[in-house]
Amino acid sequence: MTRAKPEDDDWNSSKIHAFTFDDDDDEFTKLKESKRAVSSILVDDDDDDDDDDDDDVEKVSWSGEPVGSISWSVKETASSIRSGGEHGFPKINTAPSLPKQGSGYSLSSLFKASTRVYAPELRKPKSECKVNSPCSDIILLSMDKLLLLDEAVSAHDGNVITAVLIYLKKSLSKEIFFQELMVREIALRHYVHYLKEMEEQKTLVELMKLPFSQDDAIHVQDHYTLLERQIIIEATDKKGEAEIFKKFPRKASILNMPIITTLYYSCFYHYGESEGTFSSPANIRSTFRISEKQYILTALGARAKLKSWFDVDSLFNTKNWLGYTKKRSPIGFHRVVDILQKNNAPVQVLKDYVSLIDDAELKLSLAQKYKCHDIVIEMYRDLKDRQQLIVYQGKVERGSHEDRKIDQLLGNMQIRWKN
Amino acid sequence: MAQTDRRDAPGLPDFSLLKRLARDQLIYLLEQLPGKKDLFIDADLMSPLDRIANVTTLKQHEVDKLYKVELKPVVSVSDQLCFLIRPRIQTVKWIADVVKSDKAVGRFRRYKIIFTPQKFYACETVLEEQGVYGDVTSDEWEFYLLPLDDDIISLELPEFFRDNFLEGDQRWVTTAGSALRLLHFLFGPFSKVYGIGRCAKMVYESWREQVEDGEKKAQNPDIGNVFLIDRDVDFVTPLCSQVVYEGLVDDIFRIKCGSVEFGPDVTSTDKSLKVMLNSQDKVHVGETQRKKEIWWEKQRKKKRCGMDIKQMKAFVAEELKGLKQEHRLLSLHIGACESIMKKKTKQDFQELLKTEHSLLEGFEIRECITYIEEHINRQVSMIESLRLLCLLSLTENGESYGIEHLLSFANLRQIGLLVEQQPGETLTVMESKVGKLVNDKTAGKLTDAFSSLAKKSNFRALSKRLMLIPKTGEEYDLRVPRDMAYIFSGAYIPLSCKLIEQVLERDGWTGFEEVTRMLNGHEFAVTGPEDSKYPQRIILVMFLGGCTFSEISALRFLGRERGCKFIVLTTAITNSSRLLESLLDNQG
Repeated sequence: MTRAKPEDDDWNSSKIHAFTFDDDDDEFTKLKESKRAVSSILVDDDDDDDDDDDDDVEKVSWSGEPVGSISWSVKETASSIRSGGEHGFPKINTAPSLPKQGSGYSLSSLFKASTRVYAPELRKPKSECKVNSPCSDIILLSMDKLLLLDEAVSAHDGNVITAVLIYLKKSLSKEIFFQELMVREIALRHYVHYLKEMEEQKTLVELMKLPFSQDDAIHVQDHYTLLERQIIIEATDKKGEAEIFKKFPRKASILNMPIITTLYYSCFYHYGESEGTFSSPANIRSTFRISEKQYILTALGARAKLKSWFDVDSLFNTKNWLGYTKKRSPIGFHRVVDILQKNNAPVQVLKDYVSLIDDAELKLSLAQKYKCHDIVIEMYRDLKDRQQLIVYQGKVERGSHEDRKIDQLLGNMQIRWKN
Repeated sequence: MAQTDRRDAPGLPDFSLLKRLARDQLIYLLEQLPGKKDLFIDADLMSPLDRIANVTTLKQHEVDKLYKVELKPVVSVSDQLCFLIRPRIQTVKWIADVVKSDKAVGRFRRYKIIFTPQKFYACETVLEEQGVYGDVTSDEWEFYLLPLDDDIISLELPEFFRDNFLEGDQRWVTTAGSALRLLHFLFGPFSKVYGIGRCAKMVYESWREQVEDGEKKAQNPDIGNVFLIDRDVDFVTPLCSQVVYEGLVDDIFRIKCGSVEFGPDVTSTDKSLKVMLNSQDKVHVGETQRKKEIWWEKQRKKKRCGMDIKQMKAFVAEELKGLKQEHRLLSLHIGACESIMKKKTKQDFQELLKTEHSLLEGFEIRECITYIEEHINRQVSMIESLRLLCLLSLTENGESYGIEHLLSFANLRQIGLLVEQQPGETLTVMESKVGKLVNDKTAGKLTDAFSSLAKKSNFRALSKRLMLIPKTGEEYDLRVPRDMAYIFSGAYIPLSCKLIEQVLERDGWTGFEEVTRMLNGHEFAVTGPEDSKYPQRIILVMFLGGCTFSEISALRFLGRERGCKFIVLTTAITNSSRLLESLLDNQG
């Protein structure tokens, strides 16, 4: 490599030796060489043959020869776990320590086996290699394979953990592999991430089906129940015989839609059906344990869209303890007004709900916004605010009912106006 | 941007060395494939590469054409293809496809993959499984550290946050350890290491194991103390709207590798322009920055929302007139300010900040909820709404106010499509993502995301104990900021920075047990070999999972106050949008 620039000489000679290309001075090269020496002792067979790369390239690569990389890094990690700390910084407790079973195999020899499995495939063209040839030299016990995994996890290196998982995936039966993953959270997360990246949806789905917790089990159950119901609903609705399907033709199938969407659909097309039928909102509500708030919000949206003001009204009716009907809502009435307004509800309908708003300021502003004149007038009267009433009179139509009402109030001597 | 400081403040080491090292190594690697070659670069690496080796340099080393890595067939006719990529399975799969399709038509080429900063075993497996392992050579370009400013170094790994904290994948732990190792080698040895967070602990261990005897320099170290902190120790700070200048620019324009691209609406021409936003940007020198901040603060405090552009232009021209020669840059910044204000006025920035400050303080929560509800209803910006909900959730210690609101609004939007399509109305990608998530109550993936964020969030208690909300007795004078709260207009001292301040003051965590408990533990403080000459006043702070410009500004302030220097090392620069996008992408 040409080194025409003077600055190179400068920093080559300076205190910084991090990266030079002179073999002699390079501390890094020395390190690499010693590492390679160590690797070559333990991984004899693979050294010579796998050297596809230039020697020069290996100087810069920490991993040494490609196949050896995993064995190297796991070895390094293993050996540094054992040695470590010569530079004076103490180890800190990062994770619960694992009970080391004192297996007869050292990590390096465990990996020696794995490299043998891979090595043939690398050297020979695909047609020649026996892809599924079992490793004849060392048959690892499952126990040792899992020990490998645990050691990798305790080294905190995700690259190594994933590498071990890839190895285990190939050399363990699926049942055992999944079983062991379920009790190793960190390893499991790495495996899930790996599957996502490899786009192995099938395996992911299988993995996700495992009951990791009670909640998951319920979730899975719900998912299947919903799909079942949707299939039944879809079968009937597809024919589109009822009047409503003609007026509001469906744009999409209900299959695979989320729960709330299904509820909305049901409130739209199957409102009022008895709880016994699968397509009724009542049935969906109870089967999937939908909250009152969510139910009302959804039903409101659907009925408002259809301009079924009567249905909307019924949603909020409850009987109090005296047997009288009164209106209440788990969502603020201002929200109700908002939704209704978005669906172009007429002022007649809106004003009923505006009048139910608790917060006076909000009520007044919404009443003004949606031109619920009667409400505004009444509020100003209650607030005894003459000025505002006069101002508001300017906003209503001359000679209208509201205009006259304001006139009446303004002329009323009984009211003690504050201004 | 580093500002002028006290004369007795220690000097910073020269990090431009890191760029030279990286460049030289890259050149070396390129030369391992002699002859003309086409270079394919990962999109994420283009900006960093730009700061390291420009096109001329690359061409000098026989790089012919440059392409961005895009997952589609290559049109290159070169006999040698070189790929400079992050170690992602998807990218490697694509490269394998390229090789295979060449093979299928009997085309022979040389292929070299340069993984940076390292290769993962999973990538090799892909090459093996695709049957192309023997056809490509691969290398590692150990480019770990990119200096963004005199006192900011980035690993340019935005995926660190998602992979580590959301996916639970520890693949980058060794990388972070290696980055530390490099700094330790060049500018160490470090004397003390403090930290908090599970990842911080793992990175420390990784670093410790990577550093070996003989790698230590004998010379005077340039960095004395190190502080490692996980992003998830403090989620609140990155979710707050930023008001420091770079923070604002980042929030609105997205700063990439220390520079920002201003579009035609800012440049007042028909072209876009890239501007470096750091010490090299001469507009940001000393007082200028503070003046801008003060002026900005003044503007915000004014009740009327209409910002007077003329006034601002006059201010900039008058107050900053000493910098006539940087007029062009100045006008760019004015353009940026204009753009910012247009966007911010539209969203009623003041109201927004007021709500945020109330949330942080725990004051008038009902009003805050109403504001958020309205924000959602108005459908101004979904990601803003989401951000506010997260903030609400975190500051109220995980109460699930958020979910129901999201359920309602995203609900209605998405459902509308099922029955009747409004003309011209389509859901944005974000909206459909959120809609998909929130509608399926039992899946509740977003609920999970919220809960994992807000889990055991003890913000309220921490805030009291650490006094993160300054007393609002007197008016907070930004001209004479008295604490780090100034970066949030006096409303809030960033939790992360406060922790750093306290731990450094106490030289450890003793006496802080209450606080560490509320932070879910994983704190540590260790000392290395004794060295009386170590530079106590230079502290390297490493953010694992990202750091915001606001936090950087706060640390710079702290440094000026204490007569020390902070070097911020971060896995990437982040802000609320990036954080939320990671969250949402993750679920998709």
